Amino acid sequence: MTNPTTYYEPIIGLEIHAELMTNSKMFCGCKVVDSAEAPPNTAVCPVCLGMPGMLPVINRQAVEYALRVALALNCTIQHHNIFARKNYFYPDLPKAYQISQYELPLGVNGWLEIELEDGSSKRIGVRRVHMEEDTGKLTHLEGGGSLVDYNRSGVPLLEIVSEPDIHSGEEARAYGLKIRQILRYLGVNSGDMEKGVLRVEPNISIRPVGSTAFGTRTELKNLNSFKALAEGTAYEIARQAEILNRGGQVVQETRGWHDARRITFSQRSKEEAEDYRYFPEPDLPPLAISDEWIATVRASLPELPDAKVARYQADYGLSAYDARVLTEERAVAAWFETAVAAAPTHAAKTVANWVINNLFALMNEKKQGIEQIQVTPAGLVELIGLVENRTINHNTAKEVLAEMFATGQSAPAIVQASGLAQVSDEAAITAVIANVLAANPDSVTAYLGGKEKLLGFFIGQVMRELHGKGDPAVVNRLLSQTLAARRQA
Amino acid sequence: MRAPPQTVTELRSALRRGEITSVAATQAMLDRIVALDNELKSYLTITDELALEQAAAADRRRAQGEDGALLGVPIAVKDIICVAGAPTTAGSKILDGFIPPYDAFVVQKLKEVGAVILGKTNTDEFAMGSSTENSAYFITRNPWDLEHVPGGSSGGSAAAVAAELAYGALGTDTGGSVRQPASFCGVVGLRPTYGRISRWGVVAFASSLDQVGTFGRTVADATALFQAIAGYDRRDSTSLNVPVPDYAAALTGDIRGLRVGVPAEYFVSGIEPEVETAVRAAIAKLEELGAEIHPITLPHTRYALPVYYLIAPAEASANLGRYDGVRYGPRVEGADMIDTVKKTRALFGPEVKRRIMLGTYALSAGYYDAYYGRALKVRTLIKQDFLNAFAQVDVIACPTSPTTAFKVGERADDPISMYLADIFTLSVNLSASCGLSVPCGFDSKGLPIGLQLIGNALQEATILNAAYAYEQATGWHQEKPRIGRG
Repeated sequence: MTNPTTYYEPIIGLEIHAELMTNSKMFCGCKVVDSAEAPPNTAVCPVCLGMPGMLPVINRQAVEYALRVALALNCTIQHHNIFARKNYFYPDLPKAYQISQYELPLGVNGWLEIELEDGSSKRIGVRRVHMEEDTGKLTHLEGGGSLVDYNRSGVPLLEIVSEPDIHSGEEARAYGLKIRQILRYLGVNSGDMEKGVLRVEPNISIRPVGSTAFGTRTELKNLNSFKALAEGTAYEIARQAEILNRGGQVVQETRGWHDARRITFSQRSKEEAEDYRYFPEPDLPPLAISDEWIATVRASLPELPDAKVARYQADYGLSAYDARVLTEERAVAAWFETAVAAAPTHAAKTVANWVINNLFALMNEKKQGIEQIQVTPAGLVELIGLVENRTINHNTAKEVLAEMFATGQSAPAIVQASGLAQVSDEAAITAVIANVLAANPDSVTAYLGGKEKLLGFFIGQVMRELHGKGDPAVVNRLLSQTLAARRQA
Repeated sequence: MRAPPQTVTELRSALRRGEITSVAATQAMLDRIVALDNELKSYLTITDELALEQAAAADRRRAQGEDGALLGVPIAVKDIICVAGAPTTAGSKILDGFIPPYDAFVVQKLKEVGAVILGKTNTDEFAMGSSTENSAYFITRNPWDLEHVPGGSSGGSAAAVAAELAYGALGTDTGGSVRQPASFCGVVGLRPTYGRISRWGVVAFASSLDQVGTFGRTVADATALFQAIAGYDRRDSTSLNVPVPDYAAALTGDIRGLRVGVPAEYFVSGIEPEVETAVRAAIAKLEELGAEIHPITLPHTRYALPVYYLIAPAEASANLGRYDGVRYGPRVEGADMIDTVKKTRALFGPEVKRRIMLGTYALSAGYYDAYYGRALKVRTLIKQDFLNAFAQVDVIACPTSPTTAFKVGERADDPISMYLADIFTLSVNLSASCGLSVPCGFDSKGLPIGLQLIGNALQEATILNAAYAYEQATGWHQEKPRIGRG
């Protein structure tokens, strides 16, 4: 296929559904459980099973979580909130309607910044953020029969709809990742796409560059990763371009992403689309959200990634890249900030380097998150202190960190127990130098004859004799002095 | 042998004096049900075991010194209200055999005060009807004349109370389903303000209109039941969190200075002359008792019926979507999952299907604004009519129904004439008012006529006292239907 973006401008909007990690469900007291783990139909009650005569009661915590997200996405919060019934019929929807917000959503007209691969950033509009409830889960058995699990039925769900400001699969991915990062920062969603707690559905259309009319759009479902989001979107752009190039017409439809074959396929055409017959939910009076409540939630918001990145650059002198890496996860950023606070004498830059270059490598190798590791921020600072006061050298410190990571012991304890302390004693080092020079008379002669590159060889030999624990600066200085003395002799 | 107590009030006195036990009173009712209900068909389920257990428990509570208006009093519950462990069908085959694991809020309240539940009474399917002929099980008869309907949809409750097969009963009133059968059966039926009573555990028909109501043979009896079940329930977000007054204490019988409005729009063609005569005589009686009579106008009255038949079916079309045989109720197996659901839904009766279709249409894309959306706007105008009226008067007096009880089968094939039976009651549900029906005489066939008294939001005490004053001054409640008297 030819590169479609040469001729066409893709117009993409994203609908994101995020389950909220509240204690209880949106409209009843049932616990929110991990539906992949909990036995089927164990977190259910007459309300979330849609039994006769049961009524919904709005979960205040869910509204608060939704408010957090709407505020973090710079939305205008609507004071007068209406819930509606979205009617459609499917056995995983126990009431045959989903309680959702329709005409008056919680948040409107928001935005967020995404970072593009070239380092620039772009603002994407957030059209609306609204509250609703999740459905149950159907499993169709081979050979007939269907099973339904209502554990997920009634779990609070947030729908976040972007403006059609996205123009490529990569931008879609960047936007999705940014939303996920913010949801995680806010502590409202784990961001686990494979478990379905976060679901991303792009609407994709293309139009000739310069045109102002929108093309026919397709909606993409079943994307179980951000990689699939980028690839599926790109595939769909190319597929539509090819149709248009052939003189064909794009059909308005819902398409699925086939993860194994990495293609999209038709699922449902517009003709089969449902009429949801929305109407105001008579079982719930309008939900009033006061300015006081909004102010309280706003004040409780954590520092968000963009603000952190700016602050790390300004206050710590970090590069934009380092700041982004350190703020990717809120827990890592918190860990880092605790370390910086504990290390008044070291530059934050040094701490950042240790975290990014060494700690992350260990975490990746052992597949551990920041919450799981045994190294504490104070422990890392202590280790850096040992390097700075020359008790150990940098290479030894890396080994000590690995040991700290593996055992949870402190740096001084490891240094003590393993005799790793750096040798800075000049007399001892001078003696070793003498031995090394005595053992390599030819090399000494060559060095004195002008092959000064051999200095590295001597340093290596001396360090070997010192089992790697020699203070490199002292070794270097004394060796240079000794050789200089010989030359003059 | 002393005559058995006739009313809740009398039974309470007899229980207090130890002249009768709750078990004996309950057994007497159960015996009477066995003797008479084959003909009347007011009960769908008789919960005799539960009733006798509750009666024995009530007797023990009384022995320990407890007292209360309903302690040990046998009553009936409309089969659209859930009673844990007892079948609840809503008069529909689609809930045949459904046994809820929970009590409705109102049933919890009745159990708390020690009332005895005799059984579940017949209803039009999902409360959709005005004659109880839409019950999927059988037709309930009017105890004054078995050829006639008892009204509906709470016809089973009204008939049971009128025939003394219960001391009182619960019904639900979405468009008149307590007041109209009360009128047809010659008993008192109260439809409180929306939100005064929790709907939790009441099978939904039209959520913004449904409200539980009470039946009694006297105003005091209907009041006693109402007192027990009124109040806030955090599980119903539409229930009102306002204090519950002492309604019994409000029954003074003194209505001097009470401003009674008589709406011109409720005395129009279509009303039976005997009904109009009786209701006008009742209004004259209120004046005689010291009330001031004022002509008023409720100009949007003629829109109440079309508005109601857009809003109620629209809400019903959503509320009834859940009956798919997947989680509870009967299931008719089909070729696959969707086919099974389709076959199961065929268990709905014709009137229910008609209203689901009406409602679905009214909510459809392209029709919403013209139908449901417009109906909501007109509903606001109807509400405003009542608010304007209640700025001038305390109570509105009018007929409960334009006619007395019609014959079984007479309107069964004509939905529109059936819908007209509720023409005077619908507006109360559409507005934020409360209303009741109190007996005010008989037509020449000996069928009861009801006077409807309507009050402003939460003014139940006002209309109950007006009805009480009228009842005490007239004594229509002492008339008994023929059934069971040879």
